[in-house]
Amino acid sequence: MLTKISGGHVIDPGYINARMDIWIKDGSIFEVCEEGKGTLESSSPDRIINAAGKIVVPGLIDMHVHLREPGHEYKETIETGLKAAVAGGFTAVCCMPNTKPVNDNAQITSFILEKARQAGLAKVYPVAAISLGLKGDSLAEYAELKTAGAIAVSDDGMPVSSGRLMRNAMEYASCFGLLTIAHCEDHELACNGCMNEGSVSTRLGLRGIPNISESIMVMRDIELSDLTGVPVHIAHVSARESVNAIREGKKRGIKVTAETAPHYFTLTDEAVGNYDTNAKMNPPLRTETDRLAVIKGLEDGTLDIIATDHAPHSVLEKELEFDKAANGICGLETSLGLSMKLVHDGIIGMESLVRLMSTRPAEILGKDNHLKPGNNADIAIIDPDAEWKVDSSKFQGKSKNTPFNGWDLKGRAVMTIVDGRIVFEL
Amino acid sequence: MQLSGKDILDISSLSMDEINLILDTAERMKEINQRPVKKVPPLKGKTIVLFFHEPSTRTKLSFDIAAKRLSADSISMAASSSSMVKGETLLDTAKTLEAMNPDIIVIRHSSSGAPHFIAKHLKASVINGGDGMHAHPTQALLDMMSVRQKKGRLDGLKIAVIGDIAHSRVARSNIEGFTKMGSEVVVAGPPTMIPIGIESMGARVAYSTDEAVKGADVVMMLRIQKERQGDFLFPSEREYAREFGLNPKRLEKAAPDAIVMHPGPMNRGVEISSDIADCGRSVILEQVSNGVALRMALFLLLSGGVKNVDED
Ligand SMILES: [Zn+2]
Repeated sequence: MLTKISGGHVIDPGYINARMDIWIKDGSIFEVCEEGKGTLESSSPDRIINAAGKIVVPGLIDMHVHLREPGHEYKETIETGLKAAVAGGFTAVCCMPNTKPVNDNAQITSFILEKARQAGLAKVYPVAAISLGLKGDSLAEYAELKTAGAIAVSDDGMPVSSGRLMRNAMEYASCFGLLTIAHCEDHELACNGCMNEGSVSTRLGLRGIPNISESIMVMRDIELSDLTGVPVHIAHVSARESVNAIREGKKRGIKVTAETAPHYFTLTDEAVGNYDTNAKMNPPLRTETDRLAVIKGLEDGTLDIIATDHAPHSVLEKELEFDKAANGICGLETSLGLSMKLVHDGIIGMESLVRLMSTRPAEILGKDNHLKPGNNADIAIIDPDAEWKVDSSKFQGKSKNTPFNGWDLKGRAVMTIVDGRIVFEL
Repeated sequence: MQLSGKDILDISSLSMDEINLILDTAERMKEINQRPVKKVPPLKGKTIVLFFHEPSTRTKLSFDIAAKRLSADSISMAASSSSMVKGETLLDTAKTLEAMNPDIIVIRHSSSGAPHFIAKHLKASVINGGDGMHAHPTQALLDMMSVRQKKGRLDGLKIAVIGDIAHSRVARSNIEGFTKMGSEVVVAGPPTMIPIGIESMGARVAYSTDEAVKGADVVMMLRIQKERQGDFLFPSEREYAREFGLNPKRLEKAAPDAIVMHPGPMNRGVEISSDIADCGRSVILEQVSNGVALRMALFLLLSGGVKNVDED
């Protein structure tokens, strides 16, 4: 099977930024070459994909999604989650362990990978639990989880309150090459809050979550990384104090990496409006100052990547009193369009965006995602100027919870290729 | 003039004119409450549901009396008797209520925003009878009514609101209401009880209770919820009473003709000393009777006006 992606503007940060052809042979990249100058030019490909006017990039990788299976299949299944992923240009996703049962053992990890294989869409890199049952009392069996295919450990959704457990988790995970991903939240300071603490929460009479309930734990985990010498990846950064702490940590040479999500650089706590539960998430939407600090962090490399924290919920969890509604929004299908706004607004270049959404997540996960001969052909083709309206009723995922319904966005994936197969085409 | 919206959810969505209309209408209702036969027919055949998801004997009684004096059929629904304890959601409850075709629903709920949620799903008028820490518009309106009676006006007054501002829906609605009508609202209490950004609602934060009370025309004390002591908000009732409670000595700092208010029920000896609660400057009991008149006014205005109040 021979495929040629012809005439697209190929962007592979640090390697390629030019109009090129890509030849794919049997699922792998065979050659990336000047237009019409490939060594296979004289042979006739089985398929030619015309990418003129489009941007061709290494497939996007979302380091933070919730696929809900096993346990909450009514919100999302691995298959529907992966449909949403490929529709967003993602060729791989990391799925968090807060399923039911929790992914804290090899059987669940294997189950997830088997379901992902059956779906045959985007790749799945399972993130296993740090602690058994996400309870924060004892370590999960990392060796067995690694063997089963886990790529990292995290108690996402539940903060690891014990500093000692977190330290030991980082040290123990490192000997199996598992990345530790930290959901940074001081439960006591968050104190049952349901939105950002500030003038909006005061006006609405909702319990607030202060910025430092996040940043204080970011600081702790940076110090633990310094102590242990083990890398730590900070999930979903929302607060300016966290951005500052990570910037300082990096300056000190600590192996800290971090992600933010499109909603944190697009919205503020004003989006809660009159108790709109689609704007309820954890960490919560913050203020304009935080939003700008997050953008600055993306600009100067303090924040390494854009992830989505894709958190599908049914109306059963969202059509409720604000304080009782579930946290989270669907992110996979709007992430690229929202992030492209940073490019269209001239804040970052397209190459930086590809780094944030594709090659840097791969590096952090220890994967090589570059468009190099021999690598798997995981590719996204993006139309940077496509104007489209978010219509949650047309989401490929099962759930529709998004604060962006009806938004006009510019830029989206028009084709997603995994191992040389077209898994999504607009 | 009529109200522009179908619901009374908070003070911020009412205009100055609407507030004046409500207060004027409530004044007319007071007279009915003094008649030997305290019942007029304008709401005959109308159904008012009192849906109290959070217990409150006083507020519920006030709404109930108001409904009955206007000849409406009032039906009470408490959380414990509703299906919500059996796992029904608020949306289910809203739909069930809608199917019963009520005209007005009064809702009291422990979650901020629950009345907004119900109002969105219902054709009936919704009155917020107090939601979480968010709003208590009928309390604020009856407080404004009580102040206007005593002071003859609302603009240019200094209103001191003292106590747990952070957790008080009464404080929020009163800040919105009095500032909208031209008063100055100063809040005070322990810093653990002053929420971030309260200034953005129009209140000034005083450094001490004494400063807040100084020159005030109205001193409004808020109820301290004793069960909040576990939240590290204040060390003891004794210390609270001394530093933040209203006593004769502290009241001397207020304007000579200052009045004292409290939304009730009071913790005597904690936020308010007993002699102050019962003194001639206290309008606490008038607040209660104005509450009935005010709620009658809202029922009338929401169901289309006051035309036939005096028909028999
Ligand atoms: Zn998380």
